[in-house]
Amino acid sequence: MTLRSDLRLIAAEIPLGARVLDVGCGTGALLAELRDVKRIDGRGLELDPAKVSAAVARGLAVIQGDADRDLADFPSNGFDYAILSQTIQAMPRPGATLTELSRIAARVVVSFPNFAHWSVRAALLIGGRMPRTRALPADWHDTPNIHLCTITDFELLARALGLGVRSRRFLNGASPSLGLHPNLFARTAVYVLESLTDRVR
Amino acid sequence: MPPPVLNSALGLGRRLTLPDPLRLDSGVELAGAKVAYSTYGAFDPDNAVLICHALTGNQHVASPDLKTGKPGWWEAMVGAGRPIDPTRNFVLCANVLGGCSGSTGPCSTPPGASRPYGSAFPAITIGDMVRAQAAWLDQLGVKRLKAVVGGSMGGAQALAWASLLPERVRAAVVIASAARHSAQNIAFHEVGRAAIMADPDWNGGDYDGAGPVRGLAVARMAAHVTYLSERALTERFGRQLRNAGQFEVESYLHHQGARFVERFDANSYIAITRALDAFDLAEAHGGSLARAFSPATRFCVVSFDSDWLYPTAESRAIVRALNACGAPVSFVELSSPHGHDAFLLDQPDLRAVVGGFLGSL
Repeated sequence: MTLRSDLRLIAAEIPLGARVLDVGCGTGALLAELRDVKRIDGRGLELDPAKVSAAVARGLAVIQGDADRDLADFPSNGFDYAILSQTIQAMPRPGATLTELSRIAARVVVSFPNFAHWSVRAALLIGGRMPRTRALPADWHDTPNIHLCTITDFELLARALGLGVRSRRFLNGASPSLGLHPNLFARTAVYVLESLTDRVR
Repeated sequence: MPPPVLNSALGLGRRLTLPDPLRLDSGVELAGAKVAYSTYGAFDPDNAVLICHALTGNQHVASPDLKTGKPGWWEAMVGAGRPIDPTRNFVLCANVLGGCSGSTGPCSTPPGASRPYGSAFPAITIGDMVRAQAAWLDQLGVKRLKAVVGGSMGGAQALAWASLLPERVRAAVVIASAARHSAQNIAFHEVGRAAIMADPDWNGGDYDGAGPVRGLAVARMAAHVTYLSERALTERFGRQLRNAGQFEVESYLHHQGARFVERFDANSYIAITRALDAFDLAEAHGGSLARAFSPATRFCVVSFDSDWLYPTAESRAIVRALNACGAPVSFVELSSPHGHDAFLLDQPDLRAVVGGFLGSL
């Protein structure tokens, strides 16, 4: 099984036997890998019924639903990890979603495309048009990605929500990005957040 | 050791008598209850899939109905190469307690009596249906089910199985169903019961012969409308006239009513609709549906977007409760123009979901 590079990084964060909720799990590639390799107790939430069917056919416990509405149905602290991979930029209320996920799970893993990568900056600066990238290929008027952010933006939001950064990793395409100026050189970021108040307790 | 299973106990159109009286939720003890059933595939107590039928269904799930000669009611889902495959599973289906296809119901004659129960048949519940099935499976030597599968009232039974006998159910598949009957569900059922009781041949439920067939036909007509979507009715009939003064849709409903009374008993209809109306799984748990379930059971819940009888919100309430209790649950709302009846039809996406889920057990 070949996982997308940010999913490989996420999978590495998840310990054996963890209880995991994957929000926007698609056909369940990550959940299936984590079940087979890490023996997790996994659940998924996915909007597209065809993808839910495919995930269920893999033997995964995936429910069809809209994270913006249906996360409210999950009990508090029911999971060790909640995963939001390449999805936050399409959420109507990214802050509210992060807050919900930190209620549901002890740790929240988020991967997202960095809109401050130099190629994006250059496209806007030189081309004068909304940038299109491999991760964000759609035109501005029909993209599902309505809440694009940069690495700096994401850290500011996490802090404002009272979420601490447990770890941060960066990718430049499929390979790890060197740590220097990630907001300029990383295409993708993978964060593990946890509630600061919980940690103090 | 389970009792040895006789070959004569397996196959199509079988019936056995339960050795012990059934203690019903009402407190009444029902002695000599019979269960009529069909089995498909080789006897395999470790690989058994129980199918629960809907309100007016019966045990002929994947083989011709022995009374009407019509194909089995769920051949779309049950058969070789289908999601519930008798070449891979031991598949069972029984007529519910209170039914009229061979299991004990109002038209059965009690032991030692000369007349059928009629109005004297005790009130039954969905739980009673499940306990009768459990007692029947004991006789066959099936201790634990790989899965219980049902749509509509069959889904209610699957939920009740998982709630009442969780140690005997590894997984439950609940299609187009609900964990309780809504006021609207009860209201439509009462229209049907009132139609039956308004029939001059009703006689308080103690009728001879066919009984209140006109009232029963009207009950079926009203119920049939609830099984279809507005869009399905419009697409199929619109405002087309069959002949002067009669719309196609009227003729269709009368036909449905007339066919139904050939195969169904009015007292059974009343007993089973009352069992469904009384159904509320959360009730015995202080109103908490989450406490009705065990986290050890796996669930697959399916709804249809055009089903207004058991709308998706009811399935979501089940899913919410299962999430709260930590049970592994899969849920999908499928798209269909056919309303509640969609669960009976051959839908590739329904086959994919149910087949995939059962295949992963």
